Amino acid sequence: MSLIQEAPGARLHAKPPAGIKPPASAAQRPALAWAEFDNPAAWAVAVILLIMPLIANGFFLIEIFGTTLILGIIALSLMFLAGYGGMVSLMQLTIAGFAGYMVAVLGMSGSANISLGWPWWLATPVALALATAFGTLGGALAVRTEGIYTIMITLAIGAAFYYFTNQNWAIFNGHTGINTVATPHFWGVDWRSDIPFYYVILGTAALCYFAVLYLSRAPFGLALQGVRDNPRRMAALGFNVNAHRVAAYAFASFVAALAGVLQVWNYRQISPGSVAVERCIDILIIAVVGGITRPVGPFIGAFIFVMLRTFALDFLVHVGLDGNRFRLLIGVGFLVIVFWSSDGVIGLWERWRRRATKPEMRPGGGHGHG
Amino acid sequence: MSRFIERHPAWALIVLIAVALLLWLVFAVWPPGLEEAIGRKKVFLNAVFNGITLGGLYFLVASGFTLIFGLMRNVNLAHGSLYLFGGYVGYAISSWTGSWILSFIVAFIAVALVGIILQLVVFRRMEGQDLRQTMVTIGLSIVFADLMLWAFGGDFYQIQTPHWLIGPIELPFVTALKSSGEAVYLQYPLVRLVIFAASVVIGVVMWLALNRTRVGMIVRAGVDDRDILAATGVRIQIVFVAIFALGAGLAGIAGVVGGTFQSISPGEDTRFLLASLVVVIVGGMGSIPGAALGAVIIGLAEQLGSVYIPTYAIVVTFLIMVLVLALRPQGLLARR
Repeated sequence: MSLIQEAPGARLHAKPPAGIKPPASAAQRPALAWAEFDNPAAWAVAVILLIMPLIANGFFLIEIFGTTLILGIIALSLMFLAGYGGMVSLMQLTIAGFAGYMVAVLGMSGSANISLGWPWWLATPVALALATAFGTLGGALAVRTEGIYTIMITLAIGAAFYYFTNQNWAIFNGHTGINTVATPHFWGVDWRSDIPFYYVILGTAALCYFAVLYLSRAPFGLALQGVRDNPRRMAALGFNVNAHRVAAYAFASFVAALAGVLQVWNYRQISPGSVAVERCIDILIIAVVGGITRPVGPFIGAFIFVMLRTFALDFLVHVGLDGNRFRLLIGVGFLVIVFWSSDGVIGLWERWRRRATKPEMRPGGGHGHG
Repeated sequence: MSRFIERHPAWALIVLIAVALLLWLVFAVWPPGLEEAIGRKKVFLNAVFNGITLGGLYFLVASGFTLIFGLMRNVNLAHGSLYLFGGYVGYAISSWTGSWILSFIVAFIAVALVGIILQLVVFRRMEGQDLRQTMVTIGLSIVFADLMLWAFGGDFYQIQTPHWLIGPIELPFVTALKSSGEAVYLQYPLVRLVIFAASVVIGVVMWLALNRTRVGMIVRAGVDDRDILAATGVRIQIVFVAIFALGAGLAGIAGVVGGTFQSISPGEDTRFLLASLVVVIVGGMGSIPGAALGAVIIGLAEQLGSVYIPTYAIVVTFLIMVLVLALRPQGLLARR
């Protein structure tokens, strides 16, 4: 049912804190848990991200890195559900899109007959709350069945939402969608201008990333991983299995909703095309390609995806192929990853590193992944 | 059936009243008050017939989906692509040879071959890894969609209805009374009725094959417990390949039907994937009668919804799914 089934070996190694370890290791866990802080590469990435506005111009800043981070946040919410909860939800983008639509409907936009014209500080929290409620309800539906069915139900929810936005003119303005959505403007700063907006995105992404990292080690996250590994045993131990799953959906929905708000501010418009089924599946691709065992995976996947989406056309034309075959490239790349690595790019990297370090230092090689 | 009535008398009563009401609405001449309230009877009858015939089409798509899922635990999210591929093949054949019947046969064989290749080359290698198989089908659906877009472009294609099926026929359902007291009967396209009849026949044959033959017994045993079935010496790989071929071939036939009823274009794959997902969730996963019931319910809901509440039609379909999940998560006719 859960991901465990697909690659038992890989998973058991990848998840040391999944309640399998004896309590003795609890003392050393903090050191292990925040191991990324000892990692110079992580610091380098953080510094580069912080000084990015000095390096990159406006196009790269928002179109590449901003979009990467936004898609990464949505994929992170899927990673949280799939990696720690064993529930592959295809409706994360739908939740994000719902939040975006709510911002556009409640706030100010070019479609004056639809938008209610609330100020951003009121519209945004309400949109977040509504989207979280929407995602939680969807999750409550999805947990009524198990494992592989989750994918079907969440895909059905996502597709139904897409067709609904297409059909409905009263709230969602049909297939035109809602254009020129207002963005926040206060303290004398236009928060949608490139540099402030980049930092807003970066801040949100960092917040979500560390929240997921923290939650994965908090009692709730550990219980969730227990539920993923063996729901029956957890139920016997007195944990309410379904409540944990629904709570996981609620948290993931909130994360996805945050990204949805950023998304609508980024493009300043939203239409059914932004919540289409292919977009939902893109999120799954991003998460799977990046790797769904660690919170950093979705961001790596999103970076690869955005780079491909932006430059595949030029690249394909350059090597003499039809530039419109971008999705073919994405699809084949996804198939390759699914075939050869159950843990995405991170898994490939880990495997490569392990093979490289194997001869010298086998016993202690790699923290948590030995 | 009688056990259902014994166990849930209240539900049985509600279902009975609903069916009686529906029958009355279909057969009776509507009193003027009712016509004023919800519109003309002709519109209603047309919606009901469209819904039921659309249900026939949904059944063709969903039955293959549910068979593959039931036996192999493979949520084949590329099923919509198989449908679309069948439609394109059918269009190519029918415009090339002019034969509508031949396009069905070729579409069935071509799509079944794709199914066989998929099962042999791809899914066999990752048996028992449900989630990974599903992911692979997602990747395949993207690749197929793009390949078909490449080959056929973004145009709409419609398969030519053969001339002996063109035109409406009169059905013995009174839609209204003329002022002279003469009854006006419903006119309905013949081709839709023929296709619906064909899908009923296919459904009945499948049901008989599953319940009355040795092969069907093997398949049913496989749905229940494929490991034990394999342990009893059945060559389960052959059964898998055969079922995958059948399921895919049915999707191909459905593609031709869809191309005749409506049209085929990129994006239809997603639409029919959604339809089969909802049908299978409502009817019960892995159950052929469930797929039939779900298909009729969803077809009716969609058509009646689009007539009476046009901008919220999809919500009706979705609410049915929610209701079923809330009350009977395993689906209406699933045995578990």
